[in-house]
Amino acid sequence: MMHLATPLGDEVLSLRAGDQVTLSGTIYTARDEAHLRMMEEGIPFDPRGAVVYHCGPVVQESRLVVAGPTTSARMNALTGFLIDAGVRALIGKGGMGPEVVRQLRGRAVYLALTGGCAALAAARMNLSGVYFEELGMAEAVWVIEADHLPLTVGIDAHGGDLFETVREKAKTQFHKRFNTR
Amino acid sequence: MMVHPADSKLSCALANATERALAEAEIRLPTDVLAAIRRAAAVERNEVARRELGHILENIALAEDLQVPICQDTGVPVVYLTLPPDIGLSPSIFLGVREGVRRATATIPLRPNVVDPVTRENTGDNTGAEMPAVHVAPGDRLTVTVLPKGAGSENASRIGMLLPSQAAEIPRFVAETMLIAGGRPCPPVFLGVGIGGTFDVAAALAKEALLLPVDTMDDYEQELCDAVNALGIGPMGLGGDTTALAVKVKRADCHTASLPVAVNVQCWACRRATVEVKR
Repeated sequence: MMHLATPLGDEVLSLRAGDQVTLSGTIYTARDEAHLRMMEEGIPFDPRGAVVYHCGPVVQESRLVVAGPTTSARMNALTGFLIDAGVRALIGKGGMGPEVVRQLRGRAVYLALTGGCAALAAARMNLSGVYFEELGMAEAVWVIEADHLPLTVGIDAHGGDLFETVREKAKTQFHKRFNTR
Repeated sequence: MMVHPADSKLSCALANATERALAEAEIRLPTDVLAAIRRAAAVERNEVARRELGHILENIALAEDLQVPICQDTGVPVVYLTLPPDIGLSPSIFLGVREGVRRATATIPLRPNVVDPVTRENTGDNTGAEMPAVHVAPGDRLTVTVLPKGAGSENASRIGMLLPSQAAEIPRFVAETMLIAGGRPCPPVFLGVGIGGTFDVAAALAKEALLLPVDTMDDYEQELCDAVNALGIGPMGLGGDTTALAVKVKRADCHTASLPVAVNVQCWACRRATVEVKR
């Protein structure tokens, strides 16, 4: 199993969809509002080799209480500028659209963290800063130090997309079972 | 609003019970739900899926150890009350539940998720217009049941006004709901299915079906569950045998010209808890 440490580089290019990895280092949370703000005002952290985490945590008194992944597909149309700026990995749940699969090619990967596993994630994270705090708890960009996050490569840098493979199989099974198509 | 002293006592008791029920539901999964996840993990054949189910079981144990919510999407509060015959339906009942939600938001803590639907302005305390969603039914005892509902799975829910001749199409409609949803609602899921009634009743039944114990399924529920699992979507949409952990169905009679079918999707964290209000 490969262990990744931030800032990330070309090592992400060798990963394949379905691989299991762990990741340590600095990651930045961002949901819909944060993406829109960064597109307008610029990225508040150094994006080169950075990891963006689709997450809206529960924070209490500067402590990360729970911090599982949110649905990444909401960010499908908002992701290109991050990859262009040098972001090397996205962490989230549920996978992303074909435009993001294309944007990741040769540059970055999408890593799946088990949805709902907010206590497991927070137990491997420490809060170290925040940008855009005025966007509120769920939408702010939180700076997190991660320690051995357990992840599955959902989309690799070669167009491999485990979610799409599974979706295509599901479609075939559906049409077979219900005699459609 | 004038509140009678006796009412204020009732209101306070309901606030306490609501806060306790939310804490229980957010931190610890019901035993039938946990057993369903463990059974699935024991028989899953796909390696990635086994790993995902392992993470889920580890997360459940950690949440209980650390006394923190299972998921950071602590949901919106959906509340079911039973009122015994000697307790009338009064505003103080709703005020009590609302106060309990406010307190739980600060004490557990819960993520403030409730916003204006159009301006998206956050109310800050998980209450708002028609929030919490409160459903009242007569009963023997005064009880508060909470079902905090996350958005990932709620957003994958669907209602169809089928034709009366399409009863045999119901399994297709249910499976299609998960085909469209894929990994987005955090499978493995529980599906609440409401069949019959009116447009609104079918949706309400689908949600109520999520309150039913998941340790047994009748033949029809098993057929629906098998149809979903045949898709192979697996935990988090990464593939595998386990897409639905259970399907529960509630029915109502309906108009001779209608067949409403609602599917309420619930992620693996089927959080629910009931507290009896001591008076």
